Amino acid sequence: MMAMTHLIAAPILLPLLTAAIMLMLGEKHRPLKARINLFSSLLGLGISVLLLQWTQSTGVPGSIGVYLPGNWQVPFGIVLVVDRLSALMLVLTGIIGVSALLFAMARWDGAGSSFHALFQIQLMGLYGAFLTADLFNLFVFFEVLLAASYGLMLHGSGRARVSSGLHYISINLLASSLFLIGAALIYGVTGTLNMADLALKIPLVPEADRGLLHAGAAILAVAFLAKAGMWPLNFWLVPAYSSASAPVAAMFAIMTKVGIYTLLRLWTLLFSGQAGASAYFGGDWLIYGGMATIICAAVAILAAQRLERMASLSILVSAGILLSAIGFAQPNLIGAALFYLVSSTLALSALFLLAELIERSRSANEMPLYDEELMPRPMESLQPPKGINLDDEQKAVVGQVIPWTMAFLGLSFIACALLIIGMPPLSGFIGKLGLLHALLNPLGLDNSGDIPVSNAAWALLALLILSGLASLIAFSRMGIQRFWTPQERPSPALRRLECVPIFALLALSILLTFKAEPLLRYTQAAAESLNNPERYVMAVLGTRAVPSPEARAAMLEVQP
Amino acid sequence: MEEVIAIAIGVLAASGVWLVLRPRTFQVVMGLCLLSYGVNLFIFSMGSLFIGKEPIIKDSVPQDLLHYTDPLPQALVLTAIVISFAMTALFLVVLLASRGLTGTDHVDGREPKE
Repeated sequence: MMAMTHLIAAPILLPLLTAAIMLMLGEKHRPLKARINLFSSLLGLGISVLLLQWTQSTGVPGSIGVYLPGNWQVPFGIVLVVDRLSALMLVLTGIIGVSALLFAMARWDGAGSSFHALFQIQLMGLYGAFLTADLFNLFVFFEVLLAASYGLMLHGSGRARVSSGLHYISINLLASSLFLIGAALIYGVTGTLNMADLALKIPLVPEADRGLLHAGAAILAVAFLAKAGMWPLNFWLVPAYSSASAPVAAMFAIMTKVGIYTLLRLWTLLFSGQAGASAYFGGDWLIYGGMATIICAAVAILAAQRLERMASLSILVSAGILLSAIGFAQPNLIGAALFYLVSSTLALSALFLLAELIERSRSANEMPLYDEELMPRPMESLQPPKGINLDDEQKAVVGQVIPWTMAFLGLSFIACALLIIGMPPLSGFIGKLGLLHALLNPLGLDNSGDIPVSNAAWALLALLILSGLASLIAFSRMGIQRFWTPQERPSPALRRLECVPIFALLALSILLTFKAEPLLRYTQAAAESLNNPERYVMAVLGTRAVPSPEARAAMLEVQP
Repeated sequence: MEEVIAIAIGVLAASGVWLVLRPRTFQVVMGLCLLSYGVNLFIFSMGSLFIGKEPIIKDSVPQDLLHYTDPLPQALVLTAIVISFAMTALFLVVLLASRGLTGTDHVDGREPKE
């Protein structure tokens, strides 16, 4: 029990330590660093799985683990909390991290310096953001993961990366300023930054200060929504994600989910049904903002000509669906949305990895298809320049005809497309079906009370189906262009290491199809505990600091 | 004092926003700097403004809330300053890389067509 609470800090400390080792190893020893990195990432994934099991097994109501890193009583010191939702996100991060790393180990980690150190710092920021229960610490972890992502975004360099990286960095710096303004306003009104404490203080805020509180929360939400990719705050996302190198883009697939996670966490805690006059503040903004995101992204996906771009736009579609679903504040809908989140994140990561393999043969052999006139020659820098071979063994990247590669790419492409569109038989379908089902039965199947389905729910239902149709059209066109063209071209030479992560991610999605019930149960339980924030508040505020050895000795002396 | 601080924050934020919207990368960097100064002052002012009060407990000062100011925003500002400073340095590096690769200091990496 004691050891488990200490384990809560491990996902943050482990990458920090590993990154420090990487930096000390310097620029050389790349294979060694890659191995350490892989070991550490696998260990991090193992710890996350342990934490997930722990939230399942403990008899504590709500299964919430609390760790006080400074051993200060809760509202005063910083605190790390793991509950079902954070444990789920931790495991997802771990899986995607390991897959992206395996893919990077084949070629990409040689494209620039310090890849492995930055990668670990990125993991640390992600794990930290999912674990922290303190608004300012959340800011710090956001900055950690953003700082690492700036470096990773530019990994491989090249014109397209640098110019979209410039936009990415300036937008995120602005969003960080907004984050600080929002956090400061909330602190000014409530006098606390601890999330659990905030949940208690917000119903007590006097009427005169409520406007200020709402302004602070709204400014804070703008920062998160920019991260989560809500229209119209998402114009930076597509160029940045689609020009990032493949393993980095696969990691970025979870970055928008950080924004969605923080929104879900803060909104359900701070503006829950118990928040008095502030209950469900801004819910409509989430619903309609999410819908606007779905519409814009679905239209744009029809026009996309490059697979990376389609993958980035699919991220936006799924972000829109999730935001909209969260806005309804309906436990069974949030549970279904969490299942959809897991399934779509796995599929999108796999698609980013796959996109690079599919486009590799094209970009090396023929003139690239221009995506748009505005960005002249978008392909030139997405691949390493010709003549420079990143491989250790200097093997030819393209040219060997290996029959299984095209089959592998084609089948994986179909699987990714099915998952993202949400067609049967894969888990994307189950996710979307869960969402549709929850929209049509606001109270769940058991309560057959006749509550009419709201107009907003009908609109989201229509958009879910229409965005699936748009993706279907775009993906089938892309598949025909890439795989069914009669033109003879050498199939790309794939490394085993590059196929393993894609295969693993898709296999996980297929496993999710067969084992959907346990995960759905889990996400429903997570949504249920989000709907009852008092459990979280009680667990966090009820945690006592560990007494000092002197105090413990004094207690022992008194007892007999 | 509140008025002076409020005007200072307002001027910093306004000029920051104006500069961020300019087309040259250096102006954007300056804008982001000014904005972060404004934000730092804002966080500081959120702990309510006092002159000559201690943030941490001192032996010669009576220990009640009247004689102390809120130390937390000051700690937060310190963190925010460090982070924004580091981010500005990083942004400058990217700015230089972009200037080197594209040959222009326009934020889009190319001069607008006449």
